[in-house]
Amino acid sequence: MTELEARRAETLVPARGATTVWARYRDVLIALIAFAVLASLPLFTGSKALLDFVIRCSAYGLFATSLNLLVGYTGLTSFGHGMFFGLGAYSFGLIMQKLGVPIPIAFVATLAITGVVAAIIGAICVRLKEIYFAFVTLAFQMLIHSTILSWASFTGGDQGLRGGIPRPVFLGVDLSNHVHLYVASCALLILGLLAMRQIAQSPFGYTLRMIRDNAGRASFLGIDVWRAKLTVFVLAALFASMGGMVMALFVSGAYPEFAYWTISGEGIFINMLGGVSTFLGPMVGTVLLLLLNDTVTRFTEYHGIVLGIVILFFALGLRKGLLDFVAEWFAHRREAGEGR
Amino acid sequence: MDLDALVGCLSSSACLVTQTTSGLIIGMLLFLVAVGLTLIFGVLKVVNFSHGAFYMFGAYFAMTAYQLTGSFALAVLAGAAGTAVLGLIFERVFMSRVYGADVLMQLLVCYAFVLIFDDVVRIIWGPEFKSMGMPAAFQVMPLFIAGGVVPPYYLLLIGVALAAAIVLGIGLSRSRIGKVIRAAAHNPGMVSALGINTGLIYGGVFALGGMLAGLAGALAAPVRSLTPGMGFSVLIESFIVTVIGGMGSILGALIGALLLGLIRSFGSLGFPLFTEGLMYLFMVIVLVSKPTGLFGKEAA
Repeated sequence: MTELEARRAETLVPARGATTVWARYRDVLIALIAFAVLASLPLFTGSKALLDFVIRCSAYGLFATSLNLLVGYTGLTSFGHGMFFGLGAYSFGLIMQKLGVPIPIAFVATLAITGVVAAIIGAICVRLKEIYFAFVTLAFQMLIHSTILSWASFTGGDQGLRGGIPRPVFLGVDLSNHVHLYVASCALLILGLLAMRQIAQSPFGYTLRMIRDNAGRASFLGIDVWRAKLTVFVLAALFASMGGMVMALFVSGAYPEFAYWTISGEGIFINMLGGVSTFLGPMVGTVLLLLLNDTVTRFTEYHGIVLGIVILFFALGLRKGLLDFVAEWFAHRREAGEGR
Repeated sequence: MDLDALVGCLSSSACLVTQTTSGLIIGMLLFLVAVGLTLIFGVLKVVNFSHGAFYMFGAYFAMTAYQLTGSFALAVLAGAAGTAVLGLIFERVFMSRVYGADVLMQLLVCYAFVLIFDDVVRIIWGPEFKSMGMPAAFQVMPLFIAGGVVPPYYLLLIGVALAAAIVLGIGLSRSRIGKVIRAAAHNPGMVSALGINTGLIYGGVFALGGMLAGLAGALAAPVRSLTPGMGFSVLIESFIVTVIGGMGSILGALIGALLLGLIRSFGSLGFPLFTEGLMYLFMVIVLVSKPTGLFGKEAA
């Protein structure tokens, strides 16, 4: 058992009877408080840069957390998860531009498209072994990216989807208003995180952990491993696509970079940075990576080198993410407390 | 879709020859990169995600050596030797630390180097497209075979790649070192118990893989434009080659690379917008119908 697996095993603490009611509503309560705090931010600060930063965190955070459903919970190291981020951005942008339907309809339609594409790609990929899974998902990402580039008449090619995405007012929500867009992004982030948390804590979520730790045993217990993996692959794709839609709304367009493999690489790194053993690890990682990116690009144009060295420091030096350390510290304290 | 162009080409011997040779050189370059990837995977059990960077460095080393010495032979040598040294250092200092670790860790270390290497190239050689130019020795009249145009350089390229394939195939199956390498792939514990330095074998195999990718880069330098990040699409394509041919099989890499090269050159006629898509489609068909790849033993 590697270090990582050992740590993951520690997180398998069964919920105790008396606390389950509290546990069921705790996440909802935390989500409501978090949303209230984020949504009231514009009342205290007029800083557009800060609000923009939170919107970008929402987009990448949804994407990175959905990747953690695959990497951390199921042990599926996808290196092509970014394709669904790009797919979400492009589908949403194209539907809004070409059809001019209300935003919620475009939102649902995009999720449907992503679901179908993810089911097809997932059906091919999820039965592959780890390293093949990583690379074949990456290959599909490159396919989607090259399709976007070559189908220029439809997608705008390497120029991206320009001309802005129309944002008609729906039930009084005007997403071309910066504050409205900000609150909507926060709402999507919190709702998305809450939904993913429910998936992770559900019996299905524990099935995924069992598949990660011992797929053979799960199979002997009568679990259809292929179907469970495919299900989580599609679910994760939906949330990544949500992230892409937030991004498309934010920049009012879609660019080929959204579907490029580096998005997937960043997603993997975000998970490493924050830690895959806790639910909020990727969220912390997202904030850290965006801060790092913004700082580095201010000082040097060679931000690949800096990012690369930071990745090496984490991958070879620390070998775990920041929230992993925090989780371990709590685990140690609890053990010490129980020992007394 | 432009099926008329494809059918028209298939019925004309001149077009057939031209497209086949261009498919062959794409395939041969892919083979050199893919065979290194498959060799490293077979022995070290890691997929070198930064393998494309060695291809890129091979091309840049060759360009610089050619500009300094004016000798194409020295340029190819510099590309191959430079990347071999780079591979050895990379394996001993970094990759050797993540053997047996999570796939996630291995990918991350390689990902970090993809970023770093691309920026290093940007710093040393600049971000713009570079071209090495065709060496003087090959600036001669192209050959005409059955009406098709074949530049002599293409023949050299195909010859070198074929020679590498034969030397590698015979070397691995017949020579003592080849046998040790295959034994180390099979059971490294036993090999090291017999007094053989497996660390050296691993470093050597990585250097060999890097060298082959560098050789491909050096050979590609006169016919392709050089740019930071040029290795990435080559990496993905050579991974597709190894999936089609079967991971760990040299013959599989050769057949897979040639098939992919021909798909690319003929596909660009019939399906100009879907050329890349054809490759992926072919990979999916192989993965679904024969998960071990055409010549592999282990299922994907």
